[in-house]
Amino acid sequence: MTTVTKAVPMQDNAAAAKSPNLIKGNTGDWEVVIGLEVHAQVNSRSKLFSGSSTAFGAAPNSHVSLVDAAMPGMLPVINAECVAQAVRTGLGLNAQINLKSVFDRKNYFYPDLPQGYQISQYKQPIVGEGRIEIDVDGASMKVGIERLHLEQDAGKSIHDQHPEFSYVDLNRSGVALMEIVSKPDMRSAKQAQAYVTKLRTILRYLGTCDGDMEKGNLRADVNVSVRKPGAALGTRCEIKNVNSIRFIGQAVDVEARRQIEIIEDGGKIDQETRLFDPVKGETRSMRSKEEAHDYRYFPDPDLLPLEFKPEFVAGLKAKLPELPDAKKARFVKDFGLSNYDAGVLVAERENADYFEAVLSTLKDGTRDGKTAANWVINELFGRLNKESKDVGASPVSAAQLGSLVGLIGDSTISGKIAKDVFEILWAEGGDPAEIVESRGMKQVTDTGAIEKAVDEIIAANPDKVAQVIAKPTMLGWFVGQVIKQTGGKAAPATVNEILKKKLGI
Amino acid sequence: MKVDEATVHRIARLARIKVTAEEARGLEKELTGILDWVKMLDEVDTRNVEPMTRVVPIVLRQRIDTVTDGEIARDVTANAPKVEDHFFVVPKVVE
Amino acid sequence: MSKTELTKLTLTEARDGLRKKSFTAVELTAAFNDAIAAGNGGLNAYVLPTPEHALAQARQSDQRLAAGKAGALEGLPLGIKDLYATKGVRTTACSKILGDFTPTYESTVTQNLWDAGAVMLGKLNNDEFAMGSSNETSCFGNVINPWRRKAVSGALSNDKLVPGGSSGGSSAAVAADMCLAATATDTGGSIRQPAALTGTVGIKPTYGRCSRWGIVAFASSLDQAGPIAKTTRDAAILLKAMASPDPKDSTCVDTPVPDYEAEIGKSLKGLRVGVPKEYRIEGMSAEIEVLWQKGIAWLKAAGATIHDISLPHTKYALPAYYIVAPAECSSNLARYDGVRYGLRVPGRDVTETYENTRAAGFGKEVRRRILIGTYVLSAGYYDAYYLKAQKVRSLIKNDFDQAWAKVDCILTPTTPSPAFAAGEKSGDPLAMYLEDIFTVTVNMAGLPGISVPAGLSSQGTPLGLQLIGKPFDEGTLFRAGQAIEDAAGRFPVPVKWWA
Repeated sequence: MTTVTKAVPMQDNAAAAKSPNLIKGNTGDWEVVIGLEVHAQVNSRSKLFSGSSTAFGAAPNSHVSLVDAAMPGMLPVINAECVAQAVRTGLGLNAQINLKSVFDRKNYFYPDLPQGYQISQYKQPIVGEGRIEIDVDGASMKVGIERLHLEQDAGKSIHDQHPEFSYVDLNRSGVALMEIVSKPDMRSAKQAQAYVTKLRTILRYLGTCDGDMEKGNLRADVNVSVRKPGAALGTRCEIKNVNSIRFIGQAVDVEARRQIEIIEDGGKIDQETRLFDPVKGETRSMRSKEEAHDYRYFPDPDLLPLEFKPEFVAGLKAKLPELPDAKKARFVKDFGLSNYDAGVLVAERENADYFEAVLSTLKDGTRDGKTAANWVINELFGRLNKESKDVGASPVSAAQLGSLVGLIGDSTISGKIAKDVFEILWAEGGDPAEIVESRGMKQVTDTGAIEKAVDEIIAANPDKVAQVIAKPTMLGWFVGQVIKQTGGKAAPATVNEILKKKLGI
Repeated sequence: MKVDEATVHRIARLARIKVTAEEARGLEKELTGILDWVKMLDEVDTRNVEPMTRVVPIVLRQRIDTVTDGEIARDVTANAPKVEDHFFVVPKVVE
Repeated sequence: MSKTELTKLTLTEARDGLRKKSFTAVELTAAFNDAIAAGNGGLNAYVLPTPEHALAQARQSDQRLAAGKAGALEGLPLGIKDLYATKGVRTTACSKILGDFTPTYESTVTQNLWDAGAVMLGKLNNDEFAMGSSNETSCFGNVINPWRRKAVSGALSNDKLVPGGSSGGSSAAVAADMCLAATATDTGGSIRQPAALTGTVGIKPTYGRCSRWGIVAFASSLDQAGPIAKTTRDAAILLKAMASPDPKDSTCVDTPVPDYEAEIGKSLKGLRVGVPKEYRIEGMSAEIEVLWQKGIAWLKAAGATIHDISLPHTKYALPAYYIVAPAECSSNLARYDGVRYGLRVPGRDVTETYENTRAAGFGKEVRRRILIGTYVLSAGYYDAYYLKAQKVRSLIKNDFDQAWAKVDCILTPTTPSPAFAAGEKSGDPLAMYLEDIFTVTVNMAGLPGISVPAGLSSQGTPLGLQLIGKPFDEGTLFRAGQAIEDAAGRFPVPVKWWA
């Protein structure tokens, strides 16, 4: 497609794109230039130009209409929801929405392309330039978006069932895809991975694509070239259909090294299309693409230009959900979370939704927001990861967790006791307040009882008393002992205070 | 515009139509004749003219996103030269 | 009424006769079935007669007529061009590549006809994939024009004449009384030119008036469905039934279809008729010019005023058409690949299968146009050819838009000459393309155009006059067309030599 071939000014990327990203070759340092074309399947019930279902896993050729099968005399009619989804995505990418765009035919022959052409958009796509922000190794950088257009997906050919024949299933043929083309702003495998991860998150937040890479609903074509820093752009190769974040990183590294080796050996890079083989850890040329494709694009005469008014775009914009960057900024501002923690919470919409559900149950969000964040990130997510569950399958509900956090916040229980309650919730369920009450887990703040325990510990450990007076950092040992003495129920802050007073430090 | 035999073969390959050497020679002449004739359009000054992008003065109609079609695997494969379990069967694609 | 008399009826007369119970729908259909059985061998107008299907439909029509539930075309036997998908009935576009393709669906236009109660006599011959002006490229063989030339002595020549194309089967069948009327399609003149060469009426409506869904596509931005009939009124009745909005066709307008028949007989007073000087071409035969002048006089006598106009880009329409139409067809015909329907000629792999199938399945003219189309869209040539042609198209349309400020319709000859002999023009593609010189402008501008028989050539073969109208103003064309028919009379085939 129309990837920019002129050198891109690096003002936003200077910080992130410095020397740590250069690759050492035999003749010096090399810079990798990466651009990504991501194909995202649009969330819609029916296809882009026909009324058949987009649902996955149907019997062969059952989600196929006469239009999808390209019977004689068939004609395309565009799906309004697919148009809206593309506009929503463009808005989420901070991109220019084109009020007029044109559908073109991309002509080529392949058994899974029944019309002998794909309806796509060539010179006038529905969405123009935009940008997204990504975080790599703690630093923030912007990646430019070149364009987004709508196009039909192709069907599936199965080649390995028979030595002489291939089997063609057109269920996927005609499903709407958004092709999102980045500018060649990335300079490392990590940046490429961060870009696709962020893009996927945005799409999932918007609900315009489910981002399921395993099902092939999100696929990336990775364009890689290398050059000496400051030199003109090198010849790029396109690695097609990479379908996991991990493989994207591997493919970039493998391909960059391949190109560097060739150039340093005195050869030159042929512009070609390649496939990434994760088993062998290499990229391979796709021989069938050796004849340069002449797609003979022309505007599809069965359609008219797609046009809509600014009011339509404004209407969609008003109803967009809060996107990850805005949500993250709000979490940092409202709850004093670190960038990192806020980032963890917004990385998946379900996680952010869970956290916000917890917040909504807190009586004092200002007091307890940060605690809630810590509990969600460290205790809940940690435990979910250990058991390979995602947040949707959490045995502890947001309401339960919110209630628990509230009990910590109003000093009913200590953090340590809260962990015990959490275990009970995880294993058995129940209401946190009831559990605390019924099992006598309430924190002891009664200074009388604590003073008694403190006196006992001080009396029993004169040598330690001397040490702590000399080295007050040892107070923790005393705190622990007092808490143990009280059966774990003494409020640590109170213990601390009383100890200090009694020890005179 | 002279269309030579090599071009005829290239175009025929793009169009997936087998053309014999003899046919190519004949087509060379015919296509050259037609393309020479249509070059008459160069006489027309179209510098400030928009191409015709719509014949009917209507806006592109959009349909509502509901499933209204499909589940007709039998009809869709009814005329196929070779079918198995509702798959279209074709000779292998050489990758 | 004898069977022959029944087949000689106009659609209007048959409609009235059925309503008056002068005869039954079954009788009417049986008469045509016999005519086809007896005469189709001589003309090759039908590629697939469907006599039993027709009788079954006619029986149902008789029931509805008896119950007082007659549709607009109840019981009226029609021929259907083999470009229209007819459910359960083989549809080939007269090409080998479709083989025995039997659609599981019905085109919108023909469904409208069956909903109106019409009867299908069979599928009619046409130039392969609608590409041609003489019906000499069909895989089922040529169609013969029921008209023959008359020598000075008065003797009838035995030369086989072409019926025009691509809708040659339609025009021949109507002229030969082998159906009351027929459906046809027009991309560069394929309704109007065959109508003119057979003494019948043919109208191509405004682009977007009829749905293209279910009609085998040739050139998407130019194709339109329309009727060929014996009289102007017949054509008006049939077009009203054929046209409709269609949400399955994005280029079809969503406006109601007017009652075209109501325009028949209305006065031409105040009608401004344009005569474009650019249609007077070099080498045009004198008798065409004479006919044109006659037409002008008739319209004037009927109350119209005549105005000289200029359509300066007229001569560029034909070369622009031969860029745009082949380009679109090269893409539209890519689906004929032997995978999902039609002919398959196997090869070692799928690419060879495509190449073998398409070489064997497409005829010479189709192959030629696909190659031209592929060429003009290919890398490096798009701007010089396709884009240029689409710009010229804007200029052609603009010429007409300017004209509509001064006139309401435009009168031109339909063809540069009467029916020629088979084989006469098939040696040189360009010579054949020039047949459409007066008709393509109308498709390029998306306007409606009608051809009405207006006279006979010196050899006794029909000549037609064309009226071009404003977008969606088919009504004016029927009104003015009727005036010409009133003045010129009708032109039935004088000698029935084929049965």
